[in-house]
Amino acid sequence: MLSAESLAKIDRELAKYPADQFRSAIMGALRIALTERRETGVTPEARCLNAEVIEFVANYVGIPPVAAYEVATFYNMYDMKPVGKYKLTVCTNLPCALRGGVNTAHYIGEKLGIGIGETTADGKFTLLEGECMGACGDAPVLLVNNHKMCSFMTREAIDKKLAELE
Amino acid sequence: MAVFVNGVIFEGVDTAAPDCWRLEAYMARGGYQALKKILDSKIPQEDVIAEVKNSGLRGRGGAGFPTGLKWSFMPRSFPGDKYVVCNTDEGEPGTFKDRDIIRYNPHALIEGMIIAGYAMSAKAGYNYIHGEIFEAYELFEEALDEARKAGLLGQNILGTDFSFDLFAHHGYGAYICGEETALLESLEGKKGQPRFKPPFPASFGLYGKPTTINNTESFASVPFIIRDGAQKFLEAGKPNNGGTKLFSVSGHVNRPGNYEIPLGTPFATLLEMAGGMKDGKKLKAVIPGGSSAPVLPGEVMMELTMDYDSISKAGSMLGSGAVIVMNDDVCMVRALERLAYFYHEESCGQCTPCREGTGWLYKVIHRIANGEGRDGDLELLESVGNNMAGRTVCALADAAVFPVRSFTKHFRNEFEYLIKHKKPLVDHKWC
Repeated sequence: MLSAESLAKIDRELAKYPADQFRSAIMGALRIALTERRETGVTPEARCLNAEVIEFVANYVGIPPVAAYEVATFYNMYDMKPVGKYKLTVCTNLPCALRGGVNTAHYIGEKLGIGIGETTADGKFTLLEGECMGACGDAPVLLVNNHKMCSFMTREAIDKKLAELE
Repeated sequence: MAVFVNGVIFEGVDTAAPDCWRLEAYMARGGYQALKKILDSKIPQEDVIAEVKNSGLRGRGGAGFPTGLKWSFMPRSFPGDKYVVCNTDEGEPGTFKDRDIIRYNPHALIEGMIIAGYAMSAKAGYNYIHGEIFEAYELFEEALDEARKAGLLGQNILGTDFSFDLFAHHGYGAYICGEETALLESLEGKKGQPRFKPPFPASFGLYGKPTTINNTESFASVPFIIRDGAQKFLEAGKPNNGGTKLFSVSGHVNRPGNYEIPLGTPFATLLEMAGGMKDGKKLKAVIPGGSSAPVLPGEVMMELTMDYDSISKAGSMLGSGAVIVMNDDVCMVRALERLAYFYHEESCGQCTPCREGTGWLYKVIHRIANGEGRDGDLELLESVGNNMAGRTVCALADAAVFPVRSFTKHFRNEFEYLIKHKKPLVDHKWC
């Protein structure tokens, strides 16, 4: 279900913890599984986690599937719902909002013709509001696919970024 | 951006240089000399801890608890595994200093954690890194590899009989994991729900073993304290407030960013360093220590110095050193609404007063902000808050209540006006 490369990455996570504490690796393992699905999935449904994937990862790490499911649903960066090729999360918390975070979210929504929480019809973009990303000095801040942070997202910067993500 | 004045962590760090974070650059700045000094001279553990105590270093994550005292709580001579854990789960709105430490000077943190491991007989350490800063996590992993290859981590560090290893753990989006026992649960691969205390982590921490958890900035200050001495660190700040501190300045200033300055520096000086008020507007309010710290009116802030005691005396707290600056265009009801939403979203759901209370706070503030407030809503907020604060396992409920109390205290007229006239006193645009 996962590539040899992803499994090797999960093995590296497992090696970080004492041998009898393999459960600690579940957060990293789920992230690695999600990252592979995002990179290889061709539909929004194929880019997120589901019960089958979670069960596979749980078995690989050696914990009950329910324990992995609990983790996948508690932390908000694990995509449990269908998601576009590019998931754009805009911070709209107070420090960002003071510097245009809310406008940034609305501007992206207007450009893409979607509201917050929606995915474009072609399955390319999903727009989300996020909570503090710990980068308030770079506001407005935008996170692409959980891992790539974009700073100072003025309208011009957004235009440029969206063009890059074609 | 990081600017420093006699900085402890950022002194000599050229943040514009792409390799400033590498081991070689850190060594050139005098890095790992503190560790070498300890290992070469076989400095006893209690002397290392005494040095940290004497430095006046107080926890930089928000609570301000004396770091050396915390270290002394560890039962270091007890047999069995012990751990040191670093809290880089930086998600307190307004705080963005630890990300810069990892991006620009990760070896200061690594060295600080190795010294902590030595002082407390820990066999390993973990650095729990905030989910949204994946790039910083990857860079930190690389820095760890460098340290391992140089013999600074692992078995028999620098040829001595001291062994210690250090790993990075990446979070995935949960503010609550900044709470130390929630962080430990998360590190164990579980939902990040805080534990009941006592027992405290020093006796029952990671995997049930004695554990000490410190903030990134606290650990990163340790090499300086050991290398240059507690006295020099202490003198960089003021009594009971030793050292310099990173302040993350955000909001309506010309140059948002991190400023590492001596504790006790006047707020007015910090504001000036950050380029002053954006567009020359009037300072209205400041949250001096991250979103959970009570807001203070601008004129009060202008009289204060940036240190634990001064901010606490004024009724707020220095917290994580996150300074959120607001000008007089801001509608304080809207600002509070945004924070209330955050706490509601991030409550872990374990304790009823917090799970339900944060929802109530948000709902009531939301309706006031939208001109649908009712007579008695301010009393209702107070009553809900009184039933939350101090009645839960962790401090998230208190953190949600502090802003509500302070906003409705200092800017009560804006709330009353909105409830009465169904429109805001300050017509605020989020820009």
